[in-house]
Amino acid sequence: MIDIITNPLALIGRAALRFFYLVGKLISFTCKSVVCCFTPPFYLKQLLKQLVDIGYYSLPVVGLTTLFTGMVLALQSYVGFSRFAAENAIPTVVVLSITRELGPVMAGLMVAGRIGAYIAAEIGTMRVTEQIDALSTLSTNPYRYLIAPRIIAGTLMLPVLVLIGNVIGVFGGFLVSVYKLGFNPANYIFQTWQYLELHDVTSGLVKAAVFGFIIAVMGCFCGFNSKLGAQGVGRATTNAVVSASILIFVFNYLLTGIFFSGR
Amino acid sequence: MATSKSNSSPKIELVNVRKSFDRKTVLSDLSLYVKHQESLVIIGGSGTGKSVTLKCILGLMNIDKGYVKIDGQNCTNLSGKDLDTHQSKFGMLFQGAALFDSLPVWKNVVFKLIQSGKLTSKQAKEKAIELLAVVGLAPDVYKLYPAELSGGMQKRVGLARAIAAKPEIIFFDEPTTGLDPIMADVINELIAKCVKEVGATALSITHDMTSVRKIADRVAMLYEGKIIWTGYVEDMEDSGNPYVEQFINGRADGPIKMGTV
Ligand SMILES: Nc1ncnc2c1ncn2[C@@H]1O[C@H](COP(=O)(O)OP(=O)(O)OP(=O)(O)O)[C@@H](O)[C@H]1O
Ligand SMILES: [Mg+2]
Repeated sequence: MIDIITNPLALIGRAALRFFYLVGKLISFTCKSVVCCFTPPFYLKQLLKQLVDIGYYSLPVVGLTTLFTGMVLALQSYVGFSRFAAENAIPTVVVLSITRELGPVMAGLMVAGRIGAYIAAEIGTMRVTEQIDALSTLSTNPYRYLIAPRIIAGTLMLPVLVLIGNVIGVFGGFLVSVYKLGFNPANYIFQTWQYLELHDVTSGLVKAAVFGFIIAVMGCFCGFNSKLGAQGVGRATTNAVVSASILIFVFNYLLTGIFFSGR
Repeated sequence: MATSKSNSSPKIELVNVRKSFDRKTVLSDLSLYVKHQESLVIIGGSGTGKSVTLKCILGLMNIDKGYVKIDGQNCTNLSGKDLDTHQSKFGMLFQGAALFDSLPVWKNVVFKLIQSGKLTSKQAKEKAIELLAVVGLAPDVYKLYPAELSGGMQKRVGLARAIAAKPEIIFFDEPTTGLDPIMADVINELIAKCVKEVGATALSITHDMTSVRKIADRVAMLYEGKIIWTGYVEDMEDSGNPYVEQFINGRADGPIKMGTV
């Protein structure tokens, strides 16, 4: 406290050093984990469990989020486009926004809340109760047994979730347009397909894979380095969700920039 | 293994080990050795760094200074494959049991055996029930989860897990804490048996003097980051060391001041 008044530079310096220390630690953690994803032994049972936990059980959350996003999108764009008689563009706007942007980001954020927190709390508790130490004394590398399955599952399952979410989101837009705004169903579907390109969908799925990776890595990293005690686990959980969410926004921009220049 | 080498050098040796957290020094200059097939017990006040000592030997924590040697080989601050090989020699009972709470009791007990792929699921289950009986637990415990067990039961499951793979070196961190006197005696005998019959080298931590007399060949007392006394258990009563005398008799007055550690 006194530091702030007497020596602000030292405070800034200390914060900066701490930040770079953490970034370095995160990078080395990520490299180590990724190497473990590709080298044996593999723990297939653990992987299967994570695929189900991360993929299957996140489906309702992602489905509901994208459904309502699609519905709102149709309504909001109707407000705008009807002012210059461009209602016909609504199906295209809905499908492009969902596949390129809102599907991956919404699903990413929801899964970050659900899975990022779950991973950080579980691994943090294992750290605090010395279960991670116990793993290594039982000849099992915690990176391979705990972290690699979660990272693989996150990276594989998020694109699947987003693909399903895309379909549900477009369907949400369809429902609102047909039953509330009086669109012709066949026409709506035709319009949806007409301007949609494969690139729109794949760029969204690539984003999703990156987000899934980020969520799993941040959850594992925060949990693995959790400070001792219940408070430590609580803080690890919060940090995992907040940092994953922020990184999702950052990488969303970076990836969009890359795809944009590619078009 | 090479018995000629093992006769000349102790199984475990710590030389001038120093370990601190942030600015707090826990072990300042700790030297200690455990001979082959010997049972050494470390005693010392709460928070003096006994558990930390075990973790430093296991390579779960890096030390700041000094050496850790196993069979005369330098095993200080290992990483990667070397660390894996190093750790595979040990069995460890953690102070808080550290059971995997996502796995049922029997999978906990035979975890290492299952991972090494030597047993079928049915054999593993039988082996687990056998080991549970050794630590005095009824066979129907095997399918429960750790959260459904009492503290003392968890401790015994942890013990069964530590000895399951018949390691060369076994660490027991407060094996009898939380057990009733009869069960404590059963566990003490089990530990003594591990050393005498199986030929393991044991390093234990305990606050329980009955337990010390039962399982120790030698005793070492840790105080302020150093070993201040070590000797055979028979000599413990008349060690002539005021710290040891105060500790084993459990007196509040003496050279050890609580709260100044
Ligand atoms: N991970 C850690 N981070 C920071 N400090 C630690 C850590 N582990 C242990 N310490 C500190 O090291 C000291 C020794 O801890 P240790 O667990 O070895 O005590 P102990 O001798 O086993 O005590 P007890 O008999 O109560 O189990 C404690 O004061 C504790 O504050
Ligand atoms: Mg301890």
